[in-house]
Amino acid sequence: MAVVSEVSPDGKKLTIKVKGRFDFGKHQEFREAYERKPKMPDSVVVDLKEATYLDSSALGMLLLLRDHAGGDDSEIRVVNTSSDVRKILAISNFDKLFDIT
Amino acid sequence: MSQFAHDLEALTVLIAEDGAADRLLLATIVRKQGHQVLTAENGEQAVALFAQQRPSLVLLDALMPVMDGFEAARQIKALAGEALVPIIFLTSLSEEHALVRCLEAGGDDFLAKPYSPVILAAKIKAMDRLRRLQATVLEQRDQIARHHNHLLNEQRVAKAVFDQVAHAGCLSASNIRYLQSPYALFNGDLLLAAFTPAGDMHVLLGDFTGHGLPAAVGAMPLAEVFYGMTAKGYGLAETLREMNAKLKRILPVGMFCCALLLNLSFQRRVVEVWNGGMPDGYLLPAGGGEPLPLISRHLPLGVLAPERFNDTTEVLPLALGERLFLLSDGVVDTSDEHDQLFGVERLRRVLSANRQPALLFEEVLQALEQFRGRSRDDVSLLDIEVVEPQVLSPPPVIYSDSGQSSPLDWSLQFEFRAETLKRFNPLPYLLQLLQEIHGLRAQGGALHSVLTELYSNALEHGVLGLDSALKRDAQGFAAYYQVRNERLQALCDGFIRVSLRVEPDRQGGRLIIEVEDSGQGFNVSKVLARSVSEQGLCGRGLNLVRRLSRRAEWADEGRRACVEFAWEALA
Repeated sequence: MAVVSEVSPDGKKLTIKVKGRFDFGKHQEFREAYERKPKMPDSVVVDLKEATYLDSSALGMLLLLRDHAGGDDSEIRVVNTSSDVRKILAISNFDKLFDIT
Repeated sequence: MSQFAHDLEALTVLIAEDGAADRLLLATIVRKQGHQVLTAENGEQAVALFAQQRPSLVLLDALMPVMDGFEAARQIKALAGEALVPIIFLTSLSEEHALVRCLEAGGDDFLAKPYSPVILAAKIKAMDRLRRLQATVLEQRDQIARHHNHLLNEQRVAKAVFDQVAHAGCLSASNIRYLQSPYALFNGDLLLAAFTPAGDMHVLLGDFTGHGLPAAVGAMPLAEVFYGMTAKGYGLAETLREMNAKLKRILPVGMFCCALLLNLSFQRRVVEVWNGGMPDGYLLPAGGGEPLPLISRHLPLGVLAPERFNDTTEVLPLALGERLFLLSDGVVDTSDEHDQLFGVERLRRVLSANRQPALLFEEVLQALEQFRGRSRDDVSLLDIEVVEPQVLSPPPVIYSDSGQSSPLDWSLQFEFRAETLKRFNPLPYLLQLLQEIHGLRAQGGALHSVLTELYSNALEHGVLGLDSALKRDAQGFAAYYQVRNERLQALCDGFIRVSLRVEPDRQGGRLIIEVEDSGQGFNVSKVLARSVSEQGLCGRGLNLVRRLSRRAEWADEGRRACVEFAWEALA
């Protein structure tokens, strides 16, 4: 599994881990990681520790996740970003929408 | 398909065997299994029958008179073409060498004498399975090819339609060079350029998320807004807001358009930049040297709701011979076999090393090829040179009305107050109204430039109290526009009054424009007396106004500008 999701025991935090290239090929898996939750947790963490690359369709997927989690009211953190991935997120100014570390 | 259906399906089987007894025996066995049988006595007959009747399977004796089985197999395979017609050799030959020859001649299997009906039935069935598999593969291959051609054709048509829209602009202007792969549109890349009525140039390099048709579809409405609003004299900020709102409305969440927009004024030698999500563009110095990056400071178009969208642009001074270089992410994101990216540093080295502007594209592409071994097909490059405004000749605006209903005797006055000045640009409305006057149309460009100049003077120096002396150098220039934005956002009082008066004359008519502001005014005689070289990057505006209009005066200590345009009777 290249996309692994896990809800914390108290049900308040969803963590989605993406491994390898984060591109259109992960579309289905990434959506399933959050769409099939009976109740969307308040906070979402996207862990990119093992993601090697991220393209513009991945940015689109992050926007879809954000929309699903409540849009402007959502609380999404993108963590463990490599410098390459951070560069791509910075060009698109996604730090204005996501908490990126 | 069920196995049962397979079992029942009758095949036409060609049997070529020179021995009459064997031929009869085989024919009987095969017929009993439910198949139709054709028989031949030698290879030649077999080939002729095959050509005529196209059986699905062939049983061939290896050794026959006239033409042997090996030659017959070769000819039958050639006639069958891509379809698989299984050939089973019937042979009493037993040495390995002979069996190999059977297969080499195109045989798919062999059956040794004496014939066993059970084994023969099993072999026919197995061969039939192979035959069907091959037929399915071929059918699917052809279907894919048809779909592919269909898709290519659709892309061709869509591209032709789109080109009609995209080429409405001025990409062919003498100071623009660009390079775009023929189907860049289907990679989501979009390149647009158009002159504003005042002769400024608006440029957009965009990149939609994704590929293929979805990426291309969004390009249409974007191009339409870009061209429509540019032609009507809207500024970059209004155009950006409209494009963002439109894309946000029509695109699904997750789809957006990275874009870099420029508003180049060759008259005033400034460029306004807005970059949302595109790789850095560059301002290249005239004599080579360190390029100045045009950095992405915004989210792409179509992401934010209209009320959160940020249309703040940066303004940079330009000098003759400087160039603006824009590129799509196909360049910096090109990766080598180790997934290493070409990156910004390599690109900057190529830009700094460039000495002959005409060779820049080739040098960039060469560097990419050396890095990767092959070039990507989604690279867009754009290079715009800063030239004297008269070098460019914006195409005349074509009006569809006769001009018979020109309004020739009227006046109006507007007062724009603080809240309005913050967000609203009244110029396109005023200019559109003035365009109703047929006699003024020939001076449309000058009129746009003058009104734009008067309005921004009234706003920046008058209402906002900015000192144009700040714009002495490039650094001050950036500071000037930063302060401008800050003061505009904080503005709570002040006004600009615009009055237009149109009067008929014996021959034609005249337009008197008055622009008055609530500011401190300025020392008119001192500013107008300064030579052009003294003015440097500032104060070009007043001279421009004087040059382009028939008469220009400043009253009330510089707080009120009065400018006149006139026209002769039209033939």
